[in-house]
This record gives sequence, structure tokens and C-alpha cells, in this order.
Amino acid sequence: MTKTLTREDLLKAYRTMRTIREFEERLHTDFATGEIPGFVHLYAGEEASATGVCMNLTADDHIASTHRGHGHCIAKGVDPVGMMAEIWGKKTGTCKGKGGSMHIADLSVGMLGANGIVGGGGPLVCGTALAAKLRNQPFVSVCFFGDGASNQGTIFEAMNLASVWNLPVIFLAENNGYAEATSSKFSVACDNIADRASAFGMPGITVDGFDFFAVYEAAGAAIDRARNGGGPSLVEVKLSRYYGHFEGDQQTYRAAGEVQNIRDTKDCLMQFAHRVTSSGEIAQAELDAIDAEVKALIDGSVVKAKSDPKPTEADLLTDVYVSY
Amino acid sequence: MARKITYQQAINEALDQEMSRDQNVIVMGEDVAGGEGSPGEQDAWGGVLGVTRGLYHKHPGRVIDTPISESGYVGAAIGAACVGMRPVAELMFVDFLGVCFDQIFNQAAKFRYMFGGKSETPVVIRAMYGAGFRAAAQHSQCLYNIFTHIPGLKVVVPSNPYDAKGLLIQSIRDNDPVIFLEHKALYTMEGEVPEESYAIPFGEAAVVREGHDVTIVAIGRMVQKAQEAAAELQKQGIHCEIIDPRTTSPLDTDTILESVEKTGRLVVVDESHPRCSMASDIAGLAAERVFGSLKAPIRQVTGFHSPVPFSDTLEELYIPSAAKIIAAVQSTKEYK
Repeated sequence: MTKTLTREDLLKAYRTMRTIREFEERLHTDFATGEIPGFVHLYAGEEASATGVCMNLTADDHIASTHRGHGHCIAKGVDPVGMMAEIWGKKTGTCKGKGGSMHIADLSVGMLGANGIVGGGGPLVCGTALAAKLRNQPFVSVCFFGDGASNQGTIFEAMNLASVWNLPVIFLAENNGYAEATSSKFSVACDNIADRASAFGMPGITVDGFDFFAVYEAAGAAIDRARNGGGPSLVEVKLSRYYGHFEGDQQTYRAAGEVQNIRDTKDCLMQFAHRVTSSGEIAQAELDAIDAEVKALIDGSVVKAKSDPKPTEADLLTDVYVSY
Repeated sequence: MARKITYQQAINEALDQEMSRDQNVIVMGEDVAGGEGSPGEQDAWGGVLGVTRGLYHKHPGRVIDTPISESGYVGAAIGAACVGMRPVAELMFVDFLGVCFDQIFNQAAKFRYMFGGKSETPVVIRAMYGAGFRAAAQHSQCLYNIFTHIPGLKVVVPSNPYDAKGLLIQSIRDNDPVIFLEHKALYTMEGEVPEESYAIPFGEAAVVREGHDVTIVAIGRMVQKAQEAAAELQKQGIHCEIIDPRTTSPLDTDTILESVEKTGRLVVVDESHPRCSMASDIAGLAAERVFGSLKAPIRQVTGFHSPVPFSDTLEELYIPSAAKIIAAVQSTKEYK
């Protein structure tokens, strides 16, 4: 079942993808100055996945994310201004500066958190989905995970559990080809991660992660199925990250020109813009206007993040417990 | 006189009453009903030792069997708690912590802090612990010290049926993740337990016996052993004060330290291995905070730095005995 995307939907999808790209490109630039603390794992290049999936979700649906989570956060509706402040370690951040890049969460929009543990989110979405099922609510849960996490026992356990409990869960494998510096051609023992679905009694499909429309349709079908009581699915999205595992990774394990070639021929924003302008649905000027607005938003978020206050000693021991 | 029931029945009653009170309370784990998908009886087991027996039919759909998949279902309990359920996940033996620790200490324990206080994870993880069942090295450990080390977790170690019921009810109502540990040798222990529902606050130690000569702090099953020792020592004219912390996190340091200031002598009895244990933790606390009150070196009575052995002769040597507690108390009393 293919849902029709309205003009507003297309503009929203483009804005989301552009916001993620701008956010990540800006972090890449700023990280190089040495001002941004900690580890940052960028999602640039993978925007069609988070956007194509989350365009099928509402704030009542839940997602679990990964260490490469900025794109999932933005696509699920977390405020990028708060996110930027969080990444800069500021008190005004989404998590008051206590989580950082790898732990951005906002349960008010159904975002269960980026996760510093590879494969950590699989069991958690079984829980949010179980809650929806027990309460007879039509909410689904999506676990984003990478090709690295696809080899973790937690993901296997979660897929089995979701299937035996018939839970409304979508396991969304983002196969970007590398788990840190190790190729998925080496680390994944089957041709496609989606091939593993049959072992857990669920459908599996592999789609082109550079194509927003392909992701939107495949994820949408799996989400509709889950929402209607059909149980879990595994959707594998094949895509590429434009930067290293983390910022500072020299990526010597990649082929020369690999990323540039993808940027030039497959980039998800480029393909999206070409398609919607060629069809006459959207004018290039409208996309350009979104680009400008997004740039202003991200610029503003950085200015604010830089000047916002850091947490103080008074914040060190708060929020460990609800009550103790 | 109040009604007497066993420790095991007290736990079952607490779960039953809380499930009746709040539809968000669910029980999940391996064979918590038993028989799911099988041709025979549903609720065949009610947990491996029958602790949850009978709840399956009383609370339809809320006593949920799981695959043997601890990381999966403990994580699912944590995820469900994030959206307002109050799951009680049974880990069966605490030793199985090893296959799901990430979900407990990296996920549940840290969400609230990492997310800037914007989440609550009201999950309870129940597990059996302790030696004495000839269950050998992988089914006999204590491990409460490991959970106690982790900020964000609360850790409960009831020593009797009354505390088991009141502390489990508090655990379910509490808005933080709670590790609730049940000593398997206590399941058949009988005690007076009110039929009505009641909650015992965390972080409030029980002074099990009053005395002025030596303070004995004992954890879980070791409270019984300390009582045996204290009765014997009373005959020798040594009056022991026994403190049962009831929760190791939060730990009621005030009650412990006030007692040590009164008696000037401290013996800590902890069934677990000695290194980085509750015994060493409490001993360190007293040494740092009330050193000036001490009349003798602090003594720790613990298991050994070895896995828990199988053979009964070895296991009985491993478990702290009343005789060892008596010897430790006497040594503090005789110290000059």
C-alpha cells in the first residue's frame, strides 16, 4: 500500500533531510576547531533513512536510536537548537548537558534515546511496543540499528521476542557498510541483513537507502502492518555515511574517492530534489528557500550553544534518582 | 496474633495486591506462568520455585512468559517502564545478570541522569540469590554489591517475610529501577505478615536486636545467622545490637554509624565474596566516619574469594556461620 505524499509532505521531508545535513555538516566543521567536547558520530549521507521512516510515525510512536543518532532525533521531532546545545555540553541542552551526542533523548516526542551501546535499543522497543499492545493503543516502535549491531545478541533476542509476542516493532537496519572500521562484507555472515528475518518468523526487505521514496514506502508498509496487528518486520536500508565512524577518523579503510563518488551520483538530497522538481511538484526556488531557512536555524543554534551557560556544580548530583 | 505466612507467600501476595491495585503492573520472566504454548496446563510452574503461582489466572494477560532471553525481556521491561508501565521482571537466578547486565546498568540505571531528569524507569527486577542449595558456582552468588555500586539503581535484600512484602510493594510503587533480591534459603521462612497492603520505605534499616557491646550489621539471610550468634553470645554476657540495612542502596548509614558510636565495635556479616563487598563498604564507612568511637578493629565475616563450591562439606565451609560470627564478636570484645 503506497501512501500518497502531498506537496506539504514533500516539503517537510526535504526540510527534515536538509536540517539533518546542515546540522551534521556544521558539526563536522566545528569539531575540527577542537571546541566540541567528546565523541561525535555524524549521520550525513543517511538522511533518507531517518526521514523516510519517521514520516510514517506520529509523536505517540517510539523510536530507539544509535550512537549515530542526530538524524533520528531530528526526524522524530527533537528540537535541533536544544540538540546543538546538548552537544556543546550546555545546561540548555535537550538533556541539560548530562547526556551529550550519544544520549540525546526526548520521550515527549517518542524518542527513546540515542544509545552508546551498540544494539542496546532492540530490547527497549519490545517494551514500548508491549505497552502499546497491552493498552490496545495503535502505536508502533522502531529500532534503528546499524550493520555492526546486526551481529549483537540483543538484536537477535529482540527480534525473536517481538515475533513470539507479535509486537508492533520495526527493526530498521541501517547498513552503511562499516561497523567502525570493519566492513560489513566481512562481519555480516549473510548477503543481506534482511535475510535474517526468516529466522525470526518475520518478513524482511532490503531497500536503497539513498532513495527517500523507497525507504518511505518500504518502512510505511512495515509500519502499517505492525499498526494493524501484523507483527514485526525487518527492513534493511543500504546507504553510506559521508564521514568517519567518529569525527577524527581518517577513514583509511575506505577506497579512494568512495565517498565523493557517492556524493556525486547517489546523494539522497540531490536525488530527492531532482525528482520533485523534474515532476513539477516543487519549484527549485522553494527548496532554495528551505535551504536558507535551515542554514539560519543551524547558524542560530550554534551561536546560542556557544553562548549558553554550562551546568554547574549544583547540577552534578541531580537527576540520579526520582527520589532517594 | 497476626497471620503467619512464608517469605515466598509474602512475595506472591505483594505482587497480587499491587497487580490488583494498578493495571500497569505486569509480571514477566521465564516460566513466571509456565506452560505457555504447551499442550498441558497453563500456569504449570508459577516461576521455577512457584513464587508467582496463581497470579496467571487472577490477572489475565499480565503474567507473561518469555523465551530464555534475559537481555531481551529485561530490556523490554525497561522499555515498557519508560512509557509508564510498572513491570516486574524476574531474572530467576541473579547469576544470570551476566547475560543482561548492559540493559540494567547502561540503560535502566542511567536513563534519568543521561536524559537530564526527563525520564522515569519504574521497573523492578526480581532475582533469587545466595548459597546453601548445593546449586554450585553459577546459581549461588549474592552480587548485590555489584548493583549497589551502580548509581541509579536501588537494591533491596529483605531478610524476613514481613519485610519482603512491604519492600516489594514499595519497589513496585517506586519510580526508579529497583533490584529486588530474594535469598532462596529464606523462601520457606515463616513470619507474621499483615494481610493488608503496606509499604516499607527504602533506606531505613531495622534494628533487629538491641545491645550495647557490639554492633553486627548483617545482610539478607545473614540476619538469621547473626541472631543465632547473638543468642549464644548473650549467654556469655555479650550484648549484640543487630542491624539489618534492608536496602543496600540507599543505605541507612545513620542507623549503622549511630550504633557503632554507641557500642564502639563493629562486625559486618555478608555472604558474598570479601573483596569490594558490602562488608568492606560498611567497614570502610565506619572507619572513615566514626574512627574515634572504635574500641577494636572492625571485623568482616564473609564468604571466600572463591566461586561458591558444590559439595556440601565445602559449601557449608563457604557460608558464614553463627560460629564464625561468634568468634568475630568475641575477638572485638577481647581486643585490648
